[in-house]
Amino acid sequence: MIASTLRRFEGFAPATPTRLRREVIDREIARDRTATGLGITLRGLSKSFDGGRPVIDGLDLHVPAGQFVAVVGRSGCGKSTLLRLILGLETPSAGRVAVEGAEAPRRIMFQEPRLLPWARVLDNVAVGLSRDGPAAQRRERAAAALHEVGLAEKAGQWPSTLSGGQRQRVALARALVSRPGLLALDEPLGALDALTRIDMQAMIERIWRAQGFTALLVTHDVAEAVALADRILVVEAGRIALDVPVTVPRPRRRGDPDLAALEGRILDHLLDGRM
Amino acid sequence: MPSLALPSPTAAAQRLAPWLLPAAILVGWQIAASAGLVSTRLMPAPLDVAAAGWRLAETGELWTNLGVSFLRAAGGFLIGGVIGFSLGLANGLSRLSDRLTDTTVQMIRNIPHLSLIPLVILWFGIGEEAKLFLVALGVFFPIYANTLHGIRSVDPQLVEMGRIYGMSKPELFWRVVLPGALPSIFVGLRYALGIMWLTLIVAETISASSGLGYMAMQAREFMLVDVVVLAIVIYALLGKVADLATRRLERACLAWNPAYRSA
Repeated sequence: MIASTLRRFEGFAPATPTRLRREVIDREIARDRTATGLGITLRGLSKSFDGGRPVIDGLDLHVPAGQFVAVVGRSGCGKSTLLRLILGLETPSAGRVAVEGAEAPRRIMFQEPRLLPWARVLDNVAVGLSRDGPAAQRRERAAAALHEVGLAEKAGQWPSTLSGGQRQRVALARALVSRPGLLALDEPLGALDALTRIDMQAMIERIWRAQGFTALLVTHDVAEAVALADRILVVEAGRIALDVPVTVPRPRRRGDPDLAALEGRILDHLLDGRM
Repeated sequence: MPSLALPSPTAAAQRLAPWLLPAAILVGWQIAASAGLVSTRLMPAPLDVAAAGWRLAETGELWTNLGVSFLRAAGGFLIGGVIGFSLGLANGLSRLSDRLTDTTVQMIRNIPHLSLIPLVILWFGIGEEAKLFLVALGVFFPIYANTLHGIRSVDPQLVEMGRIYGMSKPELFWRVVLPGALPSIFVGLRYALGIMWLTLIVAETISASSGLGYMAMQAREFMLVDVVVLAIVIYALLGKVADLATRRLERACLAWNPAYRSA
């Protein structure tokens, strides 16, 4: 755990070493010991809107705690709805969602950063913390989370002054500041340019490895899914059509032939489904 | 040409630029009057207007009338603004309140409020209530409509985000809904300030025994054209002051919005 915490501090901007005071690190380590990923079990889960055709149709799934799962599928296959059901943002029409594990928060990140334009970057991150507890401590935790995504020096800025990628990193810091047990990512990188996207993928992977939360990534980008996930689910017509483990060890290299082969297989499946 | 002694001539020029046109108009006007191109009985020279201002300021008449008008404007604005803002909030946040009151408000809105002057005189005479009532009524609608619009147009994605992050209803209001509605509320505020002056001056011109409008009407009776023009110039200045104050307030409250950052 200590090693994982130290790894999390890699990539920090050396600009403000005072933030790295020993007590802060000690507190982070203490929190790490209590935080664990949440396991998810879905049984016969169905969802239809206004009595129409089911978007999710009798879906069964188990995700062990700490696993990184990518969900891919064509537009309208129900993958975003699946994520919203797991997060409790939609109520199932049938079946149930069970989340096992510690009482850790569940967080979701969207394609849009959804930052409050009228709050400074640091205050936006602090939105992710519960409002009890002293304000100074909240600010400290928010600042630590900003460090984690490499934006410590932007703490006092307005969101409108940041680039798209930076805004999405602030949203990531806000999702992570409460040490979630489950992080759902609903195409969080869809609106970013290719290079920023690769940076963000690396950042998400690094933080996931350090913190050990369960990650659910919904994406259109099969290459992204293959690069990040332990396991890939292909969703078709509200059911899981393919459930593939990704066994390639980490850190994964871009252009690895095993990854490319897997990506090809999944793409073939998705394209065949059109017929 | 800005003075060379200033530290930054371009900045000073930028600041002076908006006043070039009013200054040129004043100068042209003075020249035309002095040369006898316009009849000073109909259009007094700027210097005569300034002299009239000085005379009235010395007797204290100007300040009394200005003060009376200001109090009426502020009082009416406060009453109409508070009611408009509260009802806008209520109808923006509660569907029930909206269903019960919005139709009525929209119907009343289509009555030009100045058309009520005869009725208001019958009700209140030419006392202070009449002016307060008309100003409050005029100010109410822009504040109401823009508050309502501001709250309705708050980004639903941000509201969902607030809910996901466990904000309580009051918290959601103070941290997401109200700040999101603020730019629109400010638009209403500016409109309302314009309507406030307009209503007050009309009301004072028609029925009053004090105030700027009354001062101008009295002057007309005695053919004191310089005082009439003075009153008009004061309206222009007051309008500018109100606009400046709102801009200041906007810049302070909406600093996060790139559209309002000091331009």
